[in-house]
Amino acid sequence: MTARALTRLLSLGLLVGLVGCTSFYEITIETPIQPKLDVSPFSRVLVAGFIAGGTEDVDANLETVRLLRSQLRTKSGLKVIEADVVPLAELAAEQVKDAGTSTDTTPAAQDGAVRQDSGSKQEAAAKQDAAPKQDAAAKQEPGLPKHIKDQKDLQAYEHIFADANFWKKLGEEYQNPLIVTGTILFTPHARSGFVQREQEQYDAFGRRSVVPVRTYMERKGFILNPKFVFIDGRTGTPLYSETFREEILYNPQQNTPALSSYFELMDRIIPNFLSTLSSQKVRGTRILLK
Amino acid sequence: MARVIALACVVLALSATTALADLRSQARQEVEFGITVAQKGLWREALYRWEKAAELDPKYAAAYNNLAIAYEHEGNLEKARQAYEKALELDPDNTFIRQNYEYFKEINDRASPHKTP
Repeated sequence: MTARALTRLLSLGLLVGLVGCTSFYEITIETPIQPKLDVSPFSRVLVAGFIAGGTEDVDANLETVRLLRSQLRTKSGLKVIEADVVPLAELAAEQVKDAGTSTDTTPAAQDGAVRQDSGSKQEAAAKQDAAPKQDAAAKQEPGLPKHIKDQKDLQAYEHIFADANFWKKLGEEYQNPLIVTGTILFTPHARSGFVQREQEQYDAFGRRSVVPVRTYMERKGFILNPKFVFIDGRTGTPLYSETFREEILYNPQQNTPALSSYFELMDRIIPNFLSTLSSQKVRGTRILLK
Repeated sequence: MARVIALACVVLALSATTALADLRSQARQEVEFGITVAQKGLWREALYRWEKAAELDPKYAAAYNNLAIAYEHEGNLEKARQAYEKALELDPDNTFIRQNYEYFKEINDRASPHKTP
Protein backbone atom coordinates (compact mmCIF):
# COMPACT_ATOMS: atom_id res chain seq x y z
CA MET A 1 0.00 0.00 0.00
CA THR A 2 1.48 3.30 -1.01
CA ALA A 3 1.62 6.33 1.30
CA ARG A 4 -0.97 8.14 -0.86
CA ALA A 5 -3.44 5.26 -0.62
CA LEU A 6 -2.93 5.15 3.13
CA THR A 7 -3.61 8.90 3.43
CA ARG A 8 -6.80 8.56 1.39
CA LEU A 9 -7.96 5.66 3.52
CA LEU A 10 -7.29 7.64 6.69
CA SER A 11 -9.13 10.70 5.34
CA LEU A 12 -12.10 8.54 4.40
CA GLY A 13 -12.10 6.96 7.84
CA LEU A 14 -12.01 10.39 9.45
CA LEU A 15 -14.90 11.60 7.30
CA VAL A 16 -16.99 8.53 8.09
CA GLY A 17 -16.18 9.00 11.76
CA LEU A 18 -17.20 12.66 11.63
CA VAL A 19 -20.47 11.90 9.89
CA GLY A 20 -21.16 9.15 12.40
CA CYS A 21 -20.49 11.49 15.29
CA THR A 22 -22.59 14.35 13.95
CA SER A 23 -24.40 15.75 16.93
CA PHE A 24 -26.00 18.84 15.44
CA TYR A 25 -28.60 19.42 12.75
CA GLU A 26 -29.55 22.64 11.04
CA ILE A 27 -33.29 23.17 10.85
CA THR A 28 -35.54 25.85 9.40
CA ILE A 29 -38.16 27.35 11.69
CA GLU A 30 -40.94 29.86 11.19
CA THR A 31 -41.64 31.93 14.26
CA PRO A 32 -45.11 33.47 14.37
CA ILE A 33 -45.08 36.98 15.80
CA GLN A 34 -48.26 38.45 17.24
CA PRO A 35 -49.18 42.00 16.17
CA LYS A 36 -48.14 44.73 18.58
CA LEU A 37 -51.42 46.54 18.18
CA ASP A 38 -54.90 45.09 18.60
CA VAL A 39 -56.54 46.03 15.33
CA SER A 40 -59.63 43.87 15.86
CA PRO A 41 -61.94 46.92 16.35
CA PHE A 42 -61.03 48.08 12.83
CA SER A 43 -61.90 46.66 9.46
CA ARG A 44 -60.39 49.47 7.43
CA VAL A 45 -57.10 51.33 7.44
CA LEU A 46 -56.37 54.80 6.10
CA VAL A 47 -52.76 55.68 5.39
CA ALA A 48 -53.45 59.39 5.59
CA GLY A 49 -50.13 61.04 4.90
CA PHE A 50 -46.85 62.00 6.50
CA ILE A 51 -44.96 65.10 7.41
CA ALA A 52 -41.86 64.65 5.33
CA GLY A 53 -38.52 66.38 5.30
CA GLY A 54 -34.94 66.07 4.19
CA THR A 55 -33.91 65.76 0.57
CA GLU A 56 -36.19 67.21 -2.06
CA ASP A 57 -35.20 64.51 -4.57
CA VAL A 58 -37.89 62.22 -3.18
CA ASP A 59 -41.46 63.10 -2.24
CA ALA A 60 -41.27 61.02 0.91
CA ASN A 61 -44.87 61.73 1.86
CA LEU A 62 -46.32 60.45 -1.41
CA GLU A 63 -43.91 57.52 -1.79
CA THR A 64 -44.46 56.34 1.79
CA VAL A 65 -48.23 56.48 1.44
CA ARG A 66 -48.09 54.50 -1.82
CA LEU A 67 -45.71 51.93 -0.42
CA LEU A 68 -47.56 51.36 2.85
CA ARG A 69 -50.91 51.10 1.11
CA SER A 70 -49.63 48.48 -1.29
CA GLN A 71 -47.99 46.50 1.53
CA LEU A 72 -51.10 46.64 3.69
CA ARG A 73 -53.29 45.57 0.78
CA THR A 74 -51.37 42.31 0.39
CA LYS A 75 -50.07 41.64 3.88
CA SER A 76 -52.81 42.65 6.29
CA GLY A 77 -56.42 41.70 6.82
CA LEU A 78 -57.55 45.31 6.78
CA LYS A 79 -59.27 46.97 3.84
CA VAL A 80 -57.06 49.77 2.60
CA ILE A 81 -58.88 53.03 1.89
CA GLU A 82 -57.85 54.74 -1.31
CA ALA A 83 -57.98 58.46 -0.71
CA ASP A 84 -56.03 61.56 -1.57
CA VAL A 85 -52.83 61.97 0.42
CA VAL A 86 -53.37 64.47 3.23
CA PRO A 87 -50.88 67.38 3.01
CA LEU A 88 -50.15 67.21 6.72
CA ALA A 89 -47.29 69.70 6.81
CA GLU A 90 -49.47 72.35 5.19
CA LEU A 91 -52.35 71.62 7.54
CA ALA A 92 -50.07 71.78 10.57
CA ALA A 93 -48.72 75.12 9.36
CA GLU A 94 -52.26 76.40 8.83
CA GLN A 95 -53.25 75.33 12.32
CA VAL A 96 -50.40 77.35 13.75
CA LYS A 97 -51.27 80.33 11.56
CA ASP A 98 -54.95 80.17 12.57
CA ALA A 99 -54.03 80.02 16.19
CA GLY A 100 -52.06 83.23 15.78
CA THR A 101 -49.06 82.26 17.79
CA SER A 102 -47.39 78.93 18.24
CA THR A 103 -47.89 79.04 22.04
CA ASP A 104 -51.65 79.05 21.58
CA THR A 105 -51.68 75.75 19.77
CA THR A 106 -49.13 73.68 21.56
CA PRO A 107 -50.54 73.38 25.09
CA ALA A 108 -53.81 71.99 23.78
CA ALA A 109 -51.87 69.63 21.61
CA GLN A 110 -49.78 68.51 24.55
CA ASP A 111 -52.84 67.45 26.55
CA GLY A 112 -53.75 64.65 24.22
CA ALA A 113 -50.24 63.91 23.13
CA VAL A 114 -49.14 60.47 22.10
CA ARG A 115 -48.72 58.74 25.44
CA GLN A 116 -45.18 57.63 24.97
CA ASP A 117 -44.09 60.85 23.37
CA SER A 118 -44.91 63.30 26.10
CA GLY A 119 -41.26 64.18 26.70
CA SER A 120 -40.42 64.85 23.11
CA LYS A 121 -43.67 66.76 22.60
CA GLN A 122 -42.74 69.17 25.33
CA GLU A 123 -39.36 69.60 23.73
CA ALA A 124 -41.08 70.20 20.42
CA ALA A 125 -43.27 72.83 22.02
CA ALA A 126 -40.24 74.55 23.47
CA LYS A 127 -38.54 74.44 20.09
CA GLN A 128 -41.69 75.75 18.48
CA ASP A 129 -41.62 78.72 20.80
CA ALA A 130 -38.00 79.37 20.03
CA ALA A 131 -38.26 78.77 16.32
CA PRO A 132 -39.42 82.25 15.23
CA LYS A 133 -36.29 83.75 16.70
CA GLN A 134 -34.02 81.21 15.04
CA ASP A 135 -35.49 80.65 11.62
CA ALA A 136 -35.95 83.50 9.21
CA ALA A 137 -38.36 81.45 7.13
CA ALA A 138 -40.55 80.98 10.12
CA LYS A 139 -41.49 84.64 9.99
CA GLN A 140 -44.04 83.71 7.32
CA GLU A 141 -45.53 80.89 9.39
CA PRO A 142 -44.93 81.57 13.05
CA GLY A 143 -43.51 78.64 14.96
CA LEU A 144 -42.87 76.35 12.01
CA PRO A 145 -39.76 76.19 9.85
CA LYS A 146 -40.57 76.49 6.15
CA HIS A 147 -38.28 73.70 5.04
CA ILE A 148 -37.96 70.59 7.14
CA LYS A 149 -34.28 69.76 7.18
CA ASP A 150 -33.81 67.78 10.38
CA GLN A 151 -35.52 66.25 13.40
CA LYS A 152 -35.73 69.63 15.16
CA ASP A 153 -37.72 71.09 12.28
CA LEU A 154 -39.91 68.02 12.15
CA GLN A 155 -40.74 68.07 15.84
CA ALA A 156 -42.24 71.52 15.46
CA TYR A 157 -44.95 69.97 13.27
CA GLU A 158 -45.75 67.01 15.48
CA HIS A 159 -48.45 68.75 17.46
CA ILE A 160 -50.86 67.74 14.70
CA PHE A 161 -50.75 64.08 15.82
CA ALA A 162 -52.26 65.10 19.15
CA ASP A 163 -55.09 67.06 17.57
CA ALA A 164 -57.87 64.57 18.36
CA ASN A 165 -60.57 66.70 16.72
CA PHE A 166 -58.72 66.78 13.43
CA TRP A 167 -58.21 63.01 13.34
CA LYS A 168 -61.73 62.28 14.56
CA LYS A 169 -63.13 64.40 11.75
CA LEU A 170 -60.95 62.58 9.24
CA GLY A 171 -62.02 59.27 10.75
CA GLU A 172 -65.71 60.14 10.42
CA GLU A 173 -65.14 60.95 6.76
CA TYR A 174 -63.86 57.40 6.14
CA GLN A 175 -66.11 55.39 8.50
CA ASN A 176 -63.84 55.27 11.53
CA PRO A 177 -60.78 53.44 10.25
CA LEU A 178 -57.42 52.90 11.85
CA ILE A 179 -55.37 55.89 10.70
CA VAL A 180 -51.69 55.54 9.89
CA THR A 181 -49.66 58.72 9.80
CA GLY A 182 -46.36 60.04 11.11
CA THR A 183 -43.18 61.72 10.01
CA ILE A 184 -40.53 60.77 7.48
CA LEU A 185 -37.09 62.28 7.39
CA PHE A 186 -34.96 61.20 4.45
CA THR A 187 -31.65 62.99 4.47
CA PRO A 188 -28.39 62.71 2.53
CA HIS A 189 -25.50 61.56 4.63
CA ALA A 190 -21.73 61.27 4.23
CA ARG A 191 -19.26 59.52 6.43
CA SER A 192 -15.55 58.98 6.16
CA GLY A 193 -13.55 56.34 7.93
CA PHE A 194 -11.80 53.02 7.55
CA VAL A 195 -13.70 50.40 5.63
CA GLN A 196 -12.77 46.74 5.37
CA ARG A 197 -12.96 45.35 1.89
CA GLU A 198 -11.64 42.29 0.12
CA GLN A 199 -8.77 42.60 -2.32
CA GLU A 200 -7.54 40.07 -4.85
CA GLN A 201 -3.88 39.14 -4.69
CA TYR A 202 -1.72 36.90 -6.88
CA ASP A 203 1.45 35.27 -5.65
CA ALA A 204 4.62 34.50 -7.63
CA PHE A 205 2.97 31.35 -9.06
CA GLY A 206 -0.10 33.26 -10.20
CA ARG A 207 -2.33 31.80 -7.53
CA ARG A 208 -5.27 34.02 -6.59
CA SER A 209 -6.16 34.80 -3.03
CA VAL A 210 -8.53 37.29 -1.42
CA VAL A 211 -7.34 39.23 1.58
CA PRO A 212 -9.19 41.77 3.72
CA VAL A 213 -7.72 45.27 3.56
CA ARG A 214 -8.70 48.37 5.47
CA THR A 215 -9.05 51.50 3.38
CA TYR A 216 -9.87 55.06 4.35
CA MET A 217 -12.95 56.06 2.38
CA GLU A 218 -15.39 58.91 2.07
CA ARG A 219 -18.82 57.33 1.58
CA LYS A 220 -22.12 58.92 0.78
CA GLY A 221 -25.64 57.72 1.26
CA PHE A 222 -28.90 58.40 3.04
CA ILE A 223 -30.55 58.12 6.42
CA LEU A 224 -34.22 57.23 6.64
CA ASN A 225 -35.92 58.13 9.88
CA PRO A 226 -39.65 57.31 9.86
CA LYS A 227 -42.00 57.60 12.79
CA PHE A 228 -45.29 55.78 12.36
CA VAL A 229 -48.23 57.00 14.41
CA PHE A 230 -51.37 54.85 14.65
CA ILE A 231 -54.53 56.78 15.46
CA ASP A 232 -57.97 55.52 16.40
CA GLY A 233 -60.26 57.01 13.73
CA ARG A 234 -63.27 56.71 16.04
CA THR A 235 -61.88 58.95 18.78
CA GLY A 236 -58.94 60.68 17.10
CA THR A 237 -56.57 59.55 19.85
CA PRO A 238 -53.13 58.13 19.13
CA LEU A 239 -52.87 54.41 19.94
CA TYR A 240 -49.25 53.64 19.31
CA SER A 241 -46.16 55.08 17.69
CA GLU A 242 -42.84 53.66 16.70
CA THR A 243 -39.67 55.24 15.35
CA PHE A 244 -37.09 53.59 13.12
CA ARG A 245 -33.71 54.57 11.75
CA GLU A 246 -31.93 52.99 8.83
CA GLU A 247 -28.94 54.23 6.90
CA ILE A 248 -27.11 53.23 3.79
CA LEU A 249 -23.67 54.25 2.52
CA TYR A 250 -22.21 53.78 -0.91
CA ASN A 251 -18.68 53.91 -2.28
CA PRO A 252 -17.85 57.23 -3.93
CA GLN A 253 -17.87 55.62 -7.41
CA GLN A 254 -21.49 54.50 -7.01
CA ASN A 255 -24.15 56.91 -8.16
CA THR A 256 -27.36 55.61 -6.65
CA PRO A 257 -30.55 57.63 -7.17
CA ALA A 258 -32.21 58.89 -4.00
CA LEU A 259 -35.45 57.05 -4.81
CA SER A 260 -33.63 53.68 -5.03
CA SER A 261 -32.01 54.31 -1.67
CA TYR A 262 -35.37 55.27 -0.21
CA PHE A 263 -36.92 51.96 -1.32
CA GLU A 264 -33.90 49.99 -0.18
CA LEU A 265 -34.16 51.48 3.30
CA MET A 266 -37.95 51.14 3.45
CA ASP A 267 -37.57 47.48 2.54
CA ARG A 268 -35.73 46.96 5.83
CA ILE A 269 -38.38 48.79 7.84
CA ILE A 270 -41.54 47.36 6.26
CA PRO A 271 -41.50 43.98 8.13
CA ASN A 272 -41.39 45.84 11.44
CA PHE A 273 -44.15 48.18 10.35
CA LEU A 274 -46.34 45.26 9.28
CA SER A 275 -45.71 43.37 12.49
CA THR A 276 -47.48 46.19 14.33
CA LEU A 277 -50.73 45.45 12.53
CA SER A 278 -50.71 41.81 11.54
CA SER A 279 -49.14 38.60 12.69
CA GLN A 280 -46.01 37.75 10.77
CA LYS A 281 -43.96 34.60 10.31
CA VAL A 282 -40.23 35.06 10.57
CA ARG A 283 -38.14 32.39 8.88
CA GLY A 284 -34.80 31.42 10.32
CA THR A 285 -32.44 28.54 10.90
CA ARG A 286 -31.43 27.02 14.21
CA ILE A 287 -29.15 24.20 15.32
CA LEU A 288 -30.69 21.16 16.97
CA LEU A 289 -28.34 19.28 19.27
CA LYS A 290 -28.11 15.63 20.25
CA MET B 1 -18.89 -4.17 60.27
CA ALA B 2 -17.05 -1.23 58.73
CA ARG B 3 -16.30 -3.38 55.69
CA VAL B 4 -19.97 -4.21 55.24
CA ILE B 5 -20.94 -0.52 55.41
CA ALA B 6 -18.20 0.43 52.93
CA LEU B 7 -19.35 -2.31 50.58
CA ALA B 8 -22.96 -1.15 50.86
CA CYS B 9 -21.86 2.40 50.05
CA VAL B 10 -19.98 1.24 46.96
CA VAL B 11 -22.97 -0.81 45.79
CA LEU B 12 -25.29 2.17 46.34
CA ALA B 13 -22.97 4.58 44.48
CA LEU B 14 -22.64 2.14 41.61
CA SER B 15 -26.38 1.61 41.30
CA ALA B 16 -26.98 5.38 41.46
CA THR B 17 -24.44 5.95 38.68
CA THR B 18 -26.05 3.23 36.60
CA ALA B 19 -29.50 4.74 37.15
CA LEU B 20 -28.23 8.19 36.12
CA ALA B 21 -26.55 6.78 33.03
CA ASP B 22 -29.77 4.98 32.21
CA LEU B 23 -31.78 8.21 32.53
CA ARG B 24 -29.29 10.08 30.31
CA SER B 25 -29.53 7.28 27.79
CA GLN B 26 -33.35 7.46 27.80
CA ALA B 27 -33.23 11.25 27.52
CA ARG B 28 -30.82 10.96 24.61
CA GLN B 29 -33.23 8.59 22.85
CA GLU B 30 -36.05 11.07 23.32
CA VAL B 31 -33.89 13.90 21.97
CA GLU B 32 -32.90 11.87 18.92
CA PHE B 33 -36.48 10.89 18.21
CA GLY B 34 -37.50 14.53 18.62
CA ILE B 35 -34.93 15.57 16.03
CA THR B 36 -36.22 12.95 13.59
CA VAL B 37 -39.83 14.11 13.89
CA ALA B 38 -38.94 17.82 13.85
CA GLN B 39 -37.13 17.26 10.57
CA LYS B 40 -40.41 15.88 9.23
CA GLY B 41 -42.26 18.96 10.44
CA LEU B 42 -43.97 17.23 13.38
CA TRP B 43 -43.10 19.95 15.87
CA ARG B 44 -45.72 19.09 18.51
CA GLU B 45 -44.37 15.56 18.83
CA ALA B 46 -40.82 16.93 18.91
CA LEU B 47 -41.78 19.37 21.65
CA TYR B 48 -43.28 16.54 23.70
CA ARG B 49 -40.16 14.41 23.28
CA TRP B 50 -37.77 17.18 24.28
CA GLU B 51 -39.90 18.10 27.28
CA LYS B 52 -39.71 14.47 28.32
CA ALA B 53 -35.94 14.44 27.80
CA ALA B 54 -35.53 17.54 29.97
CA GLU B 55 -37.64 15.88 32.67
CA LEU B 56 -35.61 12.68 32.54
CA ASP B 57 -32.31 14.49 32.65
CA PRO B 58 -32.61 18.08 33.88
CA LYS B 59 -28.91 18.66 33.24
CA TYR B 60 -29.10 17.81 29.52
CA ALA B 61 -28.35 21.13 27.78
CA ALA B 62 -29.17 19.84 24.28
CA ALA B 63 -32.71 18.93 25.39
CA TYR B 64 -33.31 22.51 26.56
CA ASN B 65 -31.75 23.95 23.40
CA ASN B 66 -34.06 21.89 21.20
CA LEU B 67 -37.01 22.63 23.43
CA ALA B 68 -36.31 26.36 23.03
CA ILE B 69 -36.29 25.98 19.25
CA ALA B 70 -39.62 24.15 19.34
CA TYR B 71 -41.14 26.87 21.54
CA GLU B 72 -39.84 29.48 19.11
CA HIS B 73 -41.49 27.64 16.25
CA GLU B 74 -44.74 27.57 18.24
CA GLY B 75 -44.48 31.32 18.85
CA ASN B 76 -44.14 30.85 22.60
CA LEU B 77 -41.29 33.30 22.96
CA GLU B 78 -41.26 33.57 26.74
CA LYS B 79 -40.90 29.81 27.20
CA ALA B 80 -38.27 29.76 24.45
CA ARG B 81 -36.24 32.39 26.29
CA GLN B 82 -36.42 30.42 29.54
CA ALA B 83 -35.33 27.22 27.80
CA TYR B 84 -32.40 28.92 26.02
CA GLU B 85 -31.27 30.48 29.28
CA LYS B 86 -31.42 27.09 31.01
CA ALA B 87 -29.44 25.49 28.16
CA LEU B 88 -26.79 28.20 28.42
CA GLU B 89 -26.67 27.85 32.18
CA LEU B 90 -25.92 24.14 31.76
CA ASP B 91 -23.48 24.55 28.89
CA PRO B 92 -22.27 28.17 28.77
CA ASP B 93 -19.47 27.52 26.27
CA ASN B 94 -21.65 25.88 23.64
CA THR B 95 -21.39 28.12 20.57
CA PHE B 96 -24.41 26.51 18.87
CA ILE B 97 -26.70 27.32 21.80
CA ARG B 98 -25.26 30.83 22.03
CA GLN B 99 -25.81 31.39 18.28
CA ASN B 100 -29.40 30.10 18.49
CA TYR B 101 -30.03 32.39 21.43
CA GLU B 102 -28.64 35.43 19.58
CA TYR B 103 -30.96 34.76 16.61
CA PHE B 104 -33.85 34.27 19.00
CA LYS B 105 -33.17 37.59 20.72
CA GLU B 106 -33.33 39.39 17.36
CA ILE B 107 -36.81 37.99 16.78
CA ASN B 108 -37.87 38.60 20.36
CA ASP B 109 -36.86 42.26 20.09
CA ARG B 110 -38.98 42.60 16.98
CA ALA B 111 -41.96 40.98 18.62
CA SER B 112 -41.99 42.99 21.81
CA PRO B 113 -43.72 46.36 21.52
CA HIS B 114 -41.10 49.09 21.36
CA LYS B 115 -42.72 52.42 21.85
CA THR B 116 -41.20 55.75 21.08
CA PRO B 117 -39.40 57.12 24.13
